[in-house]
Amino acid sequence: MPLGDSAAYIEFCTTLDLEVNSVVQRLALLILKRNVPWIRDVVPALGGVALHFDPDNAEFPPQPLEAALEIVNGSLKQALEAKDDAGREVELPVCYEPEFALDLKEVAKKANLDPADVTKLHEAGEYRVLMMGFAPGHAYMGGLHAKLAVPRRASPRAIVPAGSVAIANEQTVVYPYAISGGWNVIGRTPKILFDATRSRPSLLWPGDRVRFRAITRDEFVDLEKNR
Amino acid sequence: MSVRVLRPGLLTTLQDHGRHGYQRVGLCPGGAMDQVSLALANALVGNALDEAALEITVIGPELLFEEDTLVAVCGAEFQTRFPHNRPVLAPKGTRFNVGRAARGARAYIAVAGGFAVEPVLGSRSTYLPGHFGGVEGRALKHGDMLPLRDPEASQRFKSLKKTRDGTVKWSAPPFTLPDREPILVHVIEGQHYASFDSNSQRAFFDTVWRVAPDSNRMGFRLSGPPLGRPQADELLSGPTCLGSVQVPPSGVPIALMADHQTTGGYPRIAEIASADVARLAQLAPGGKVHFAKCSLEMATELRRDARERLQSALRGIAWEYQRK
Repeated sequence: MPLGDSAAYIEFCTTLDLEVNSVVQRLALLILKRNVPWIRDVVPALGGVALHFDPDNAEFPPQPLEAALEIVNGSLKQALEAKDDAGREVELPVCYEPEFALDLKEVAKKANLDPADVTKLHEAGEYRVLMMGFAPGHAYMGGLHAKLAVPRRASPRAIVPAGSVAIANEQTVVYPYAISGGWNVIGRTPKILFDATRSRPSLLWPGDRVRFRAITRDEFVDLEKNR
Repeated sequence: MSVRVLRPGLLTTLQDHGRHGYQRVGLCPGGAMDQVSLALANALVGNALDEAALEITVIGPELLFEEDTLVAVCGAEFQTRFPHNRPVLAPKGTRFNVGRAARGARAYIAVAGGFAVEPVLGSRSTYLPGHFGGVEGRALKHGDMLPLRDPEASQRFKSLKKTRDGTVKWSAPPFTLPDREPILVHVIEGQHYASFDSNSQRAFFDTVWRVAPDSNRMGFRLSGPPLGRPQADELLSGPTCLGSVQVPPSGVPIALMADHQTTGGYPRIAEIASADVARLAQLAPGGKVHFAKCSLEMATELRRDARERLQSALRGIAWEYQRK
């Protein structure tokens, strides 16, 4: 379907399906590798992939929607057949101490669990970057334990501190900047999620597999100093 | 060899054609809100069309040119004696007080050769939410010095036929300025258009919307009647793009502008024709707009027309530089 007259969104499903998303991730990488000169951005989303066009490019086709669909179809078979994972493995240190875990008590109450069990379940999870958006470097990660699937906060925080690790529904996120947000904060990473001056500006990329590792407050301070 | 900022104005930032290729990590392209006026301003001083220029907003800055500098101002009309839409040689020591916008909201001040600012991820655009790009990732402030990348480039002015007061007889057309309000903006139906109730669908096209005061480079909030959906189910977050009109639960539509979020979970009622985005960008808070439905084919046609008009203006400017 068209996304305005300069982009297309190819949607495969309207509910979250991790299988479909992993195909979307492979598909997005395959399309990127084709280096189509009139496609400026390839954005894997939860249930589909968006292609943003450059209408001023000399090779921009007269029927861009059809051309985009052809490109997707051309790579879809390969994306479906491939079994390999699209992303890299990333480990994120997280301090779950109370001073960083602003909503841990609330989450524990809602989930009917001990706060320590909440962090244990969160740390034990294997996550996958399903989509990035909201802010640069902000990854929506799937794979959260069903017991931790609590709704978002009733009222969003005006400022969530940078590095905050948060959960809501069946996903977990890390806030790259101090911004407003409504997810339940259960810890904080000392890592810098997005730095425009790095050659790879974002720490996380679509399709990456992410694990969290619990660290103490002292380790947090050390890592923050040496970053 | 610099331009000195005596007063910064309301919001003055460096902007170019934007940084592309990073939407998959959540970074929007950004860049000039009115890409047409940016291209014209650059062409008028002989620059590449995507060179970074100063984007000035509603209340302009006061600048001091420390060298003879070839300058062009395009976009909104500001209350200044400095001529708009044409190349002007500002002699060394010129104080340029831009004043307030009389028509439109944003203008672009391009200097020959561009500003000496390091690109970040392939662009000199200022991305305010991320604090990078442009001048230290922020709006200009009093005392900033903007070095010129190629001071010799102002010599280009010699190749133009001039009048006695240091400019030329001709000017570029103000393509994006509103003649009258409400301005008419074309949209195609958004992905979730059909899920809005029929009153809301009608209201979207019947209403003269006003740009709300809390609008910015990320998005324009539109005041008018609240829009609703009979089944207000939560949607799976999906991609957005420049000109997407999304409707959060408050019912107040938001038109996504240059620094928009790259994904969103709100229903999108409409997508603005790309040919009309630059004109919408010229509305200040309080400005009036109404939407007309069009087909994808027509939006494409409008984009081709707009491009053709711009190309012909650019050819005219290039010819002036070559004819002597």
